[in-house]
Amino acid sequence: MTIPLSWVLALSAVVFGIGVIGLLTRRNILILLMSLELILNAANINLVAFSNHLHSMRGNVIVVFTIAVAAAEAAVGLAILLALFRNRRTVNLDEVREMKG
Amino acid sequence: MKFPILSLTTYIPLIGALYLLFMKEHEGMVRRLSLAVSLAALALSVLMLGHFDPKSAGFQFVENLEWAPSLGISYKMGVDGISVLFIVLTTVLTVLCVLVSWTQVKKYVREFHVALLVIESAMLGVFSALDLVLFYVFWEVMLIPMFLMIGIWGGPNRVYAAVKFFLYTLAGSVLMLIGIIVLYVHGGKTFDVAALLQVKFAAPVQFWVFLAFFVAFAVKVPMWPVHTWLPDAHTEAPTAGSVILAGILIKMGAYGFLRFSLPMFPDATVTFAPYILALSLVAIIYGALVTLVQTDLKKLIAYSSVSHMGFVTLGIFALNRQGIEGGIMQMVNHGIITGALFLLIGIIYERTHSREISAYGGIARSVPRYASFFVLFVLASLGLPGLNGFVGEFLVLLGAFQRDRIVGVLAMTGIILAAVYLLWMTQRVLFQEMTHPENEKLADIDTREFITLLPLAVLVVFLGVYPNPALSVMHASVDQMMAKMEAHKAAAITWAQAWPF
Amino acid sequence: MTRSVVLFRDLLIPILPLAAFLVNGLFGRWTREKAHWVSVPAVVLSFLLSLFVLKDVLSGVNTYASLYRWITVGAFDVSVGVMIDPLTAVMLIVVTSVSSLVHIYSIGYMHGDKGYARFFAYLSLFTFSMLMLVLSNNLLELFVFWEAVGLCSYLLIGHWYDRRSAADAATKAFVVNRVGDFGFGLGLLLIFVTLGTLDYQAVFLGAKAATNQTVDLLAPFGGKLDVGLVTLIALLLFAGAMGKSAQLPLHVWLPDAMEGPTPVSALIHAATMVTAGVYMVARMHPVFELSPSAMATVAVVGGGTAIFAATIGLVQNDIKRVVAYSTVSQLGYMFLACGIGAYGIAIFHLMTHAFFKGLLFLGAGSVIHALSGEQDIRKMGGLRNKIPATYLTFLIGSLSLAGVPLFAGFFSKDEILTRAFFAGDLGRVLWGVALLGALLTAFYAFRLVYLVFHGETRLLPDAAHHVHESPPVMTVPLWILAVLAVFSGWVGIPLIAGGDKIGHFLEPVFKGVAHVAHADIRLEFWLIAVSVIVALLGIAVADMFYRTRPAMPDKVASAWPRFYSLLLNKWWFDEIFDWAIVRPTRRISEAFLWKVADVRIIDAFVNGVGSVTQQAAASWRRIQTGLTQDYAMTVVLGLLAIVAVWLAAW
Repeated sequence: MTIPLSWVLALSAVVFGIGVIGLLTRRNILILLMSLELILNAANINLVAFSNHLHSMRGNVIVVFTIAVAAAEAAVGLAILLALFRNRRTVNLDEVREMKG
Repeated sequence: MKFPILSLTTYIPLIGALYLLFMKEHEGMVRRLSLAVSLAALALSVLMLGHFDPKSAGFQFVENLEWAPSLGISYKMGVDGISVLFIVLTTVLTVLCVLVSWTQVKKYVREFHVALLVIESAMLGVFSALDLVLFYVFWEVMLIPMFLMIGIWGGPNRVYAAVKFFLYTLAGSVLMLIGIIVLYVHGGKTFDVAALLQVKFAAPVQFWVFLAFFVAFAVKVPMWPVHTWLPDAHTEAPTAGSVILAGILIKMGAYGFLRFSLPMFPDATVTFAPYILALSLVAIIYGALVTLVQTDLKKLIAYSSVSHMGFVTLGIFALNRQGIEGGIMQMVNHGIITGALFLLIGIIYERTHSREISAYGGIARSVPRYASFFVLFVLASLGLPGLNGFVGEFLVLLGAFQRDRIVGVLAMTGIILAAVYLLWMTQRVLFQEMTHPENEKLADIDTREFITLLPLAVLVVFLGVYPNPALSVMHASVDQMMAKMEAHKAAAITWAQAWPF
Repeated sequence: MTRSVVLFRDLLIPILPLAAFLVNGLFGRWTREKAHWVSVPAVVLSFLLSLFVLKDVLSGVNTYASLYRWITVGAFDVSVGVMIDPLTAVMLIVVTSVSSLVHIYSIGYMHGDKGYARFFAYLSLFTFSMLMLVLSNNLLELFVFWEAVGLCSYLLIGHWYDRRSAADAATKAFVVNRVGDFGFGLGLLLIFVTLGTLDYQAVFLGAKAATNQTVDLLAPFGGKLDVGLVTLIALLLFAGAMGKSAQLPLHVWLPDAMEGPTPVSALIHAATMVTAGVYMVARMHPVFELSPSAMATVAVVGGGTAIFAATIGLVQNDIKRVVAYSTVSQLGYMFLACGIGAYGIAIFHLMTHAFFKGLLFLGAGSVIHALSGEQDIRKMGGLRNKIPATYLTFLIGSLSLAGVPLFAGFFSKDEILTRAFFAGDLGRVLWGVALLGALLTAFYAFRLVYLVFHGETRLLPDAAHHVHESPPVMTVPLWILAVLAVFSGWVGIPLIAGGDKIGHFLEPVFKGVAHVAHADIRLEFWLIAVSVIVALLGIAVADMFYRTRPAMPDKVASAWPRFYSLLLNKWWFDEIFDWAIVRPTRRISEAFLWKVADVRIIDAFVNGVGSVTQQAAASWRRIQTGLTQDYAMTVVLGLLAIVAVWLAAW
């Protein structure tokens, strides 16, 4: 028996929603990065699901790219986070508002 | 193709500026190069004046190259009897500006001369452009170096003055840009001034575009009540900036009236002339009265410019030969005289670092040669017959009086007031007891300063005793303009005609 | 001689002083105390050349030439040119002769002055301008040199510029003259606009043709007030003359002008420049003749000024100011003569006045020189024996001023009185006024003589030691002027056939003027007798007040204290002008136009535009929190909104 496409899409939507809410509500940059990862993975789930559903490998290929980009992004993000922490001793976004108008 | 003397004159300063910008010469070399470049421009412009044919009314030394033909934009330059004098005035005053800045400008010398030369190029471009887009480009280009000149090398309140100057002028020129586009649309998809001069624009177009241009030009002149940038800008600008502002920049507004407003919109000109005459009268009398009570030397001369430029617009909008030629003459003369007065104030400011009248008094004793020049230019400024100021003023008054006697009578009061404020100022600066003992040791003008002032002094006397050479240059062009306005039978536009919907 | 040679000779008359000015003005640093070696020969040569011109004009040769076109714009075409007729010839002689003497006198008077070269430069420039003024052949050229002499006056009054009072006086002179020239200038504009020319002869013809034209003065205001065009032109021109010739109420600058060196007062503020107004009215007489009301105005202003200035002259204590008020008064006589159509007499009086008043000023200068700068007559007295040459010449000048028979002033002033008597009802009133003026004139002239030269010395002891007669370079001009102050009147002897040589000489210029029917010789004789008696009476009263009964003046002054103070303060004219015009103008300009209209209204608006923009930006910038999450939230909200709209539409 196969899991219906709609279920997988629902899962993806839920993960995406959690990611967005986390991104909008949390102030800790580490958690933000994790939320970002959730959003990306929600997209990945979608891609894999449609790839399976359409019997095409294109979606899986893109997922591999996405994972690579996400890894790179996490590395850069964590590097900025570390640099910020070393300079400011904080990872709280409320205390980092350099671009305030 | 003929020798492109106009382009050459216009771009020599720009090329010089670029050279100075990229080749980092030392300060002394920068000054000498700047002087050489401005002298070259002067020589070319004098050469051009020598070859100018005063009998021909049309544009001369015309250069016409394609630029953006799909948009009707061309690179077209040329001068007629109205603009040629301003080209020479510009090159003369720039040389003197370089000379007077020799020791006065001490910081960012290279950048200063770059700005000065770019301004010169742009001003020459404004007076010789015969394509509206080209004209607009030059008009705006000049703004930026001038803004920098006031803002960087100016007096204590320079930033306020620079921003005020910039915003005032920009507000005006934006309206002019809209006007230019409307002309393009209604004038046969071209920006060529000569072609647009042949077009008879419909009443609403004339009415609204005249107003749009009027705002831009009135700010530049400056006419009352958009004059308040002038006292601040003149006062805060460095000497060279004040000379350029008073000598040439503010003439561009009146030049615009003559080049565009009168010949392109004759009906609108007739419609608005009475109001403009009224504004000019206000400028003359109000400007003179406010000048009377100034305590700052530069501010005093700046306000007197408002009054004197009132005579220019008065003459132009008297719409008769004497008035218009008098207005042009008054512009040239005001450029010479006020330029000289700002040079003089700059020279004394360099020694005492004060612009307050009360910081002086009795200095004629310690600086007799300076005092002689000062008195000469003051007398020219108050319109003493025999010196150049009188010629323009009298012709303007004649034109105004012919148009409307009461206007002539009121304008005449400006002449009494001019004598009062200028002589009273002279008395408090040069004469009376020496109130500040430190002024006892003031150094009189040196050779360089003498050479700076001498050409203007010679012009003041020459154009006063024998103004006909200058007047004869403009006869043909002004006659043609008058003939065109008469042939057109300009009639006032009613509000109903002007309403575009 | 060919015409061009004659023209060249005539042109040399003004050109020589101009050249002297240029040399001394540009190279004053080198000429320094030798400056007079440039200026004096130039002016004396001009005088000699003027004699040749006079000879030519006497033999009936007039000159009229245009030199070059000055301003040409459309129909407006003015040239610089010269015109020589009998009137010009008389003026040339007067100007060059007095100027030569003053130049020579100045060598002594200005000796050691640090502005020596500058002084001679300006003096020469003045001579040039004044000569060109009388040589002009059109109104605009006249106006140019009219202003130029005003400029020289300004520069010379302010010669000792580091004195506050001198600088004030110079500025005042220029500005008050400008007020008069406001009228003159308007007159020129009106003439050109209505008659289309500024050339003398053409203006005269045009004015004649336009006699019946009127101008509605109140038209711009909707009212109606018709004034004859010619009357208006004449009155506007006369306004200029009032300024230059210090007539009521524009006389205020002349007494203050005494701050200048005394030779300047003699040359400019007595003999020549201030008479330019009289010259102008005489020159323009064909215009004035066309308007009886303008003529009456000229006569009344002249007569009024004559008596008014004389009253002030009675009580002043500065030797130069007394003479200055006397000048204002005498100029009034000249205008009175012009106003009744006696132009020839006006010019005659102008000439004699130039000599005797020049003499009085130079004499006063000699006194001041002797006393090392003292000008207050209360601190003089008894100088008769110490400076005898000055005394004698001053006495001759005073006798001439007072109108004692056989002295020059007698002939010219008396002729004015006589002509006034026969010039209708108004003339007869003015005759009375002028006669009273003559009484006052004789009185103040001899008040000066007695207070300065007679009686006990009131000098400060240390000043008394230094009293010395002036050097010959100063006294010789005095003697020459003294001779002229006596004999120059003899060219206009009345009653005797052929006695009125100057009137005859000027006849061609004033030929258009209606002649007064020859009056009864006996009546005329009696009139002369009356004025002689009046003059002698004035002298006798002065004699009583200041010689025989020195207590009298104080008694009179304390009897009418208000009147005395009114005269002493010059009828409060300066104060009234200051209070009514100067102060309000400055107040309005400073307190309203500048600090309110410019700063509080226009600039406030401009700055307001700026600050409104800034405030708007200040509130709007709050949405830039600097928090990426907030921006992301906006994106999400926007997305939700779009979705909601899409769903609703669906």
